Amino acid sequence: MQMTRKPSDITTDAKSGEVLHHEGEFIINMGPQHPATHGVLHLKIWLEGETIKKIEPHLGYIHRGIEKMCERLSYRQFIFSTSRMDYLSAHINNQACALAVEKALGLEVPPRAKAIRIILAELTRIASHELWWACSGLDLGGVTPFFYAFREREAINDIMEETCGARLTQNFIVPGGVMSDLHHNFQKRVKRVLTQIKDNLHEYDEILTGNIIFQNRLKEVGYLSREDAISYGCTGPAARGSGLSCDIRKLYPYDGYEKLDFDEIIFNEGDCWARYRVRMAEILQSVHIIEQLIDSIPDGEFQAKTKNVIKLPKGQFYQRVETARGELGVFIVSDGAATPYRCKFRSPNFSNLSAIPQMAQGAKIGDLVAIMATVDLVIPDIDR
Amino acid sequence: MEKLHLLFVFSFSWLASHLNMWLRTGIGNSFLLLVTEMLIAGISLLAFLVILCFFLGYMERKVAAFMEIRLGPNRVGPKGSLQIVADTVKLLFKEGLTPDGSDKFLFNLAPFVVVVTSMLAIAPLAFARDFQLWDVNIGIFYVTSISSMAVIGILMAGWSSSNKYSLIGAMRSGAQIVSYELSIGLSLISIVILSGSLRLSDIIQSQANGWWIFKGHIPVLISFIIFIIASTAEINRAPFDLTEAEQELTGGFHTEYAGMKFAMFLLSEYINLFIVSAIAATIFLGGWMPFHIGNLTGFNHAMDYIPSSLWFFGKTFFIIFIIMWFRWTFPRLRIDQLLNLEWKYLLPISMGNTLLVSAMAVFGWYL
Amino acid sequence: MVLITGYVKMNGTEINIKKTGFLKEYFGTIFTSLSSLLTGMKLTGYYFIHPNKIITEQYPDNRATLKMAERFRGEVTLPHNENNEHRCNGCQSCEIACPNGSIKIVTKHEISEDGKKKKRIDTWVYHLEMCTFCNLCIEACPSKAIVMGKKFEHSVYDKSQLVKILNKPGSKVMKEAEE
Ligand code: SF4
Ligand code: SF4
Repeated sequence: MQMTRKPSDITTDAKSGEVLHHEGEFIINMGPQHPATHGVLHLKIWLEGETIKKIEPHLGYIHRGIEKMCERLSYRQFIFSTSRMDYLSAHINNQACALAVEKALGLEVPPRAKAIRIILAELTRIASHELWWACSGLDLGGVTPFFYAFREREAINDIMEETCGARLTQNFIVPGGVMSDLHHNFQKRVKRVLTQIKDNLHEYDEILTGNIIFQNRLKEVGYLSREDAISYGCTGPAARGSGLSCDIRKLYPYDGYEKLDFDEIIFNEGDCWARYRVRMAEILQSVHIIEQLIDSIPDGEFQAKTKNVIKLPKGQFYQRVETARGELGVFIVSDGAATPYRCKFRSPNFSNLSAIPQMAQGAKIGDLVAIMATVDLVIPDIDR
Repeated sequence: MEKLHLLFVFSFSWLASHLNMWLRTGIGNSFLLLVTEMLIAGISLLAFLVILCFFLGYMERKVAAFMEIRLGPNRVGPKGSLQIVADTVKLLFKEGLTPDGSDKFLFNLAPFVVVVTSMLAIAPLAFARDFQLWDVNIGIFYVTSISSMAVIGILMAGWSSSNKYSLIGAMRSGAQIVSYELSIGLSLISIVILSGSLRLSDIIQSQANGWWIFKGHIPVLISFIIFIIASTAEINRAPFDLTEAEQELTGGFHTEYAGMKFAMFLLSEYINLFIVSAIAATIFLGGWMPFHIGNLTGFNHAMDYIPSSLWFFGKTFFIIFIIMWFRWTFPRLRIDQLLNLEWKYLLPISMGNTLLVSAMAVFGWYL
Repeated sequence: MVLITGYVKMNGTEINIKKTGFLKEYFGTIFTSLSSLLTGMKLTGYYFIHPNKIITEQYPDNRATLKMAERFRGEVTLPHNENNEHRCNGCQSCEIACPNGSIKIVTKHEISEDGKKKKRIDTWVYHLEMCTFCNLCIEACPSKAIVMGKKFEHSVYDKSQLVKILNKPGSKVMKEAEE
C-alpha cells in the first residue's frame, strides 16, 4: 500500500531545508560497529517497515592516509603500505605497485620472478575467495561453512608463511622481482593444497551452493544492471556477475598472464546469485592457472638488478591489476626524486560500494546483508 | 538378581509416592500438605531446569564444534563441561544495564515474562511412568496456548528497549510466532484426532502398542516433520532466528540486554527447546513408552527393563539434537520467505494432512 | 528450484517464473528443497561423527612442539656468537630502509689499537611496537647482521617494554664483518 503524504509528515532541516525523513520511515545506522559490515563501514538506512528506501554510506572511519604516507616513502618502501589496503589481496596490491615502478623504469622482470608472482597472486585470490565464501555463509546465518573454508585457507596461509614469511601482509614483492627464492617445499605443498581444494569444493556445494535457503536468499536479490555496473565503475566479480567483461588479467595482461589459459567468468543475471557463482568459478580458474605454472617455473634469477636507490623518471605512470575484488589502479606522479610526488590508488571496493545503494533499493534488511556479502567489501580498501 | 531388578524398576513414580506418604505422616493439614508438595515440586523443577540448561548449553556448543570440525569448549572443567557455569558466573557479575530512553518497567519485566511463560509449559509433561506434575485433561491445548504467550515477552522486550533493531526483531517475532502457531496446532491435532484425547497421559497410553510415528503411517510422519519445522520457528532458533538475526539486527529483541537479564533470554531459549522436543517426543514418539516390536516378546521385555525416564529423555534429546543439527547446518531465511514457507507450504499441507488423518481415524486405518 | 519465490519485482521489471503445472511444481519444489537440505545435513552429520577430522590447533598446549616456518618474520634480532660478537658495523642502511622508523642506530667512534678512528654501534634500538615485519631492513643490511626471529608472543602490559636494545652489553663486532 502506498502511503499518501501530507507536507506535515516531512521533517526538514531548519537551516538547509533538506528533507531529513518522512513520517512512517525510520532511520537506522548500520555500523560503524555492526556484525555484518566486516569492519567500520557506516550505512545510514532509511526504512519503511523492513523495506529499504535509501542508503547513505558514510566513510572515513579507517582512513589512514596511505596515499599521503607513500609520498615520503621510497619506491622500495611504499609497496609494504599497500598490503594494508585490501589486506586479503595484499600480495596482488604489492604486485601492482612493483609493476608500476617497473613500468616507469622500463625494467625487465626475470621470467622466474613473474611465474612466482602469478602463482602467489592466484593463491592469494583463492584464499580471498575462500574467506569471502566463509563470510557470506556467516552473513546469511550459517556459521558452519566458515570453518570449512578456513581449513583450506589456512593451508594456503601456511604456504605463504613458509615462502614469504608472513601469512597475510606478505610484502614479498620488490621492484624487479620477488624478495627471495621459493622455499624448497613450495611446489610440493602447493600441489597438495590444490588437490585439497578440488577435493573439498563439493562440500561447499553441499552445504551452501545447493542449499535451497541459501539460493533463495541470493536469487533475484541485489540486481545490478550492466549499465549501472559501468556507470558506477564496478569491477571484479561484482561487475562480472552483471555481464560486464572487466578482467584486467585478460584485457591488459601483466606479468605473463597473456601466456596462460584461463577463462574470464561472466554471468549475466546481475543478482547476488550470479556474483556468487562468478567467485566460485574463479576459484577453479585460479587452480587451473596455478596448475599450468607449478611444474614449469622457469629457472634463473628471482630478482632483476636494481639500483640501491630507485629514482623514477619524471612523468606519470599508471598500472592496473586484477585483485580478488576488482581493478586496482596505481597512479604515480614522479618529479624525478626518490619518492613519489603523488601517489593515488584506484581501489575496487570504493566503486563497488557506491553501487550498493542502487542494488539495495526496495530490498529488505536481510537482502542488504546478502548484497554486502556478495559484493565482498573490504573496508580498509575503501578508505585507505 | 533381585537387587538388579530393583535398580531397573526404580522409577520416579516410586520416589514421588514415597515422598507423598512421608509428608502425609508429617503434616496433617491437607492444605499445608499441598503447599509443601507444590513447593518441593517447584524447587526441584527449577533446579532441574537450571541443570538442564547448563547441559543443553554445553551440548549445543559441543555439537556445533564437532560439526564445525573444531573442539569446542575444553578448558574449564573436564572436557570443558563447566564452561557454561563459568559463563553464568560471568553474566551474574555483569552490570545489568537499563538504557536511558527505555521503558524501564517493561524492560525489566520482559525477561521474566519470557522465562515464566516457557516454564509454565512444562507442567503437563510426563517425565516418566506416572510421574507428571499436572495431568490436566486439556494438556495439549494448555501447552499450545501457553507457548503462544511467549511472543508477548519478546514484544515487550523489543518495544521497551527503544532501539530500532530490537523493535524490528520484536515485530518479526510477532509475525513469525503467530503464523507458525497454526501449523503447530494442526500437526498436534492430527494426533489428538487419532488418540481421541487432549490429555497427555491418554496420548501416551494410546501408544502402548506402538508409537504414533509408526502406527500413523505417512500422514503422521508428515505431521511430525511439520511439527519439528514449525516448532523450530516457534522457538526462534536458526534457520528461523530472524528475531535475533545477529548479522542483520545485531541481536534483535535482546540487543540492549546485558548480564543476568540477557541470561534469562538464554535460559528461556533452552527451556523452550526442551519443551518442544519433549512435546514432540510425547506426542509422536510415545513419551516414556518403551520401544516394542509386534510380538517379539523377548525383545519387548528387554526394552521394558530400560527405565521409563531414560526412554523419555532419550527421545527428547534425540529431537533436541536434530534441532541443533538444523541450526548448525542451515543459513537463515528472509522474513518474507519465512512467512511464505508457513502460509504457502506448511499450512496448506497440514490442513490437507488433517483431513487425511481424520479419514484414517474414521476408517480405523491404523493399528 | 524456487521454494519461496520472494518478491518478483526487481527494479520495476517483472521476472517470468516458468510455469509447469502447478501441482507438479509445488510438490517438485518441496522434494528438491528437502533433498537439498538433507544433503547439507549429511555433510555436517558426517563431520559430527568423524572427530578425527577436527583441525583445531591446541595452541598454548602445543607450544613445545610448535614449529614456525623457517622464514617466519617474528621480530628483528641481532645474533651474537659465543664471544659476544655480532656482525653489525653501524652502516645504518637498515635504518634508512625501514619505512616506519622502527630502527634507530646510535653510533660512536672507537679508536682501534692502530690509532684509527672507527665507527661502531653504541646502541641498536629496535621499536617492536612500530615494526610491520616487512623484512626490508634484513634485505638492506650489507653484512647480514640482522635476521628475523621466530618469536611471536610479544604481548606485554606496557608499550615501552617493546623498545628493545639488540646489541648485548659489551658486545663487539666480528672481525670479518668490519667494513
Ligand atoms: S621489519 Fe620492516 S618495519 Fe620492522 S624494523 Fe625492519 S624494516 Fe622496519
Ligand atoms: S644491522 Fe646491518 S644495516 Fe643495520 S647498521 Fe648494522 S650492518 Fe648496517
